[in-house]
Amino acid sequence: MCLLKTNRLAAHYNDFQALFAVDLHLDAGETVAIIGANGAGKTTLLRSLCGALANAPEQIVFDGEPVGALSAEQVVRRGIAMVPEGRKLFPSLSVEENLQIGGYAGGAGGFWNLAKLYELFPVLGERRRQPATRLSGGQQQMVAIGRALMSNPKVLLCDEISLGLAPAVIRDIYNALPGIRSQGAGVILVEQDISRALSAANRFYCIMEGRVTLSGEPENASRDAIHDAYFGVGA
Amino acid sequence: MNYLDTVVQGVLLGGLYALFAAGLSLVFGIMRLVNLAHGDLIVLAAYLLLITASVLGLSPFVAAAAVAPLMFGIGWLLQRHVLGRTLGADILPPLLVTFGLSIALQNALLQGFSADSRRLNSGALATASIDLGPVSVGVLPLLTFASAIVVIIALNQLFYRTELGRAFRATSDDADTARLMGIQPQRIFSGATAIAMLVVTIAALYLGTRANFDPSIGPARLIYAFEAVIIGGLGSLWGTLAGGITIGLAQTIGAAINPEWQILSGHIAFLLVLLLKPRGLFPRAFD
Ligand SMILES: Nc1ncnc2c1ncn2[C@@H]1O[C@H](COP(=O)(O)OP(=O)(O)OP(=O)(O)O)[C@@H](O)[C@H]1O
Ligand SMILES: [Mg+2]
Repeated sequence: MCLLKTNRLAAHYNDFQALFAVDLHLDAGETVAIIGANGAGKTTLLRSLCGALANAPEQIVFDGEPVGALSAEQVVRRGIAMVPEGRKLFPSLSVEENLQIGGYAGGAGGFWNLAKLYELFPVLGERRRQPATRLSGGQQQMVAIGRALMSNPKVLLCDEISLGLAPAVIRDIYNALPGIRSQGAGVILVEQDISRALSAANRFYCIMEGRVTLSGEPENASRDAIHDAYFGVGA
Repeated sequence: MNYLDTVVQGVLLGGLYALFAAGLSLVFGIMRLVNLAHGDLIVLAAYLLLITASVLGLSPFVAAAAVAPLMFGIGWLLQRHVLGRTLGADILPPLLVTFGLSIALQNALLQGFSADSRRLNSGALATASIDLGPVSVGVLPLLTFASAIVVIIALNQLFYRTELGRAFRATSDDADTARLMGIQPQRIFSGATAIAMLVVTIAALYLGTRANFDPSIGPARLIYAFEAVIIGGLGSLWGTLAGGITIGLAQTIGAAINPEWQILSGHIAFLLVLLLKPRGLFPRAFD
């Protein structure tokens, strides 16, 4: 069942066009990876999906309804939650308060709540009274993911959740993904680390300079094809 | 002079300044907006109390229960339709607009109520006092101080114990990320200004019952409030009380030495604190 779909999605920063006619879709319970080099437009795509950037209404369809023109605060109420690039935790809030504020948009009564998140990431339970920014990078990333889950979203958007983290920590975080997916949420993973993203995904899209240059299932895509789609043919 | 008495009066006066300052501190803490019309809004509330009390024949303390929701609404609309439009990367527009608002309010009050000085009639309370061993303190100053403490405790509870308070702090940290949580920063800001106007009503109650007021005294109250906020450290409510007490003490001690020095001593204390602790007595860990 198609949960989220874009129709020739375009995004602009004033005169600069950052996305051109992007078509993608996400099914319930599916993980889709978005890969692409620096500045390809991955964050712009997620910001469009979560409502932080306004688009034409029909360009994004979620649960059968056009949501492209909705604001971020409306989109999260519909069930699309964002784990933003750079985590963006609230420094004045404790770990637990950061998680609680993730439920501001509603979603209480769903699978995810504080207790479930402390099961998923036990270290957060131990440090729940501390200011969120006192935690290590990996733990902060867990808070950012937990905060998004607190709204019990149907779609979870993750922007570079492995950025700047040690490999062992990245493994811990990726190990949590199946548990998240098993609750039926669709996940969109944006990564620069191609192999990490592809190994966790059912399907992928490669973006270059604002356009989808390749898409498919990781096991059916050759290294050369991905290389060309990522860097451009002949690079 | 009686030292103990001077100190006690100074501390109690600090409660009044803390009440002037708490609303300013709240609004500044949440949206980094300096409201130059804050003092005039206190005076406006004092006139609203005056009308309500005299028309309905009520004690000003009872009238405050009617004026508070009115001021809450004024605060909401003011933020929604005026102040909210000035917020942005540039800090000049809010200063210019609230400065203009200050002048407009003063002139409107002058037009409506003339330049005569007025007072809220609190009956026997105005002169009542209690003996506390070596000193005797007025009931009104005592009530003022107690109200300041209650206001600060209530605001802190709101800030640190409620979902709304979490949303206040999150929005103050990062409004764009707060949006991703479903928070509407504009509503949060309107709520903050509206709550600040509740505090303004309480401040106006004591401003008007303790001394005479007229349409022109707003800016001086703003300065005391401002100094209290800065002495305390931006964004800390208990710091704001400490700031109010610092100015209250300096003024009373100054006045005890020479009555002409009252106002000046407060400003000198402010400058001294700025010199020694530029970020105030209780600065926030980050900004
Ligand atoms: N706020 C902005 N204003 C103007 N241009 C922007 C803005 N944000 C991004 N861009 C431009 O849009 C393009 C896409 O940027 P985006 O951040 O989406 O890339 P990205 O794929 O997420 O890159 P990275 O891997 O570095 O995070 C880039 O050319 C970038 O310079
Ligand atoms: Mg990015």
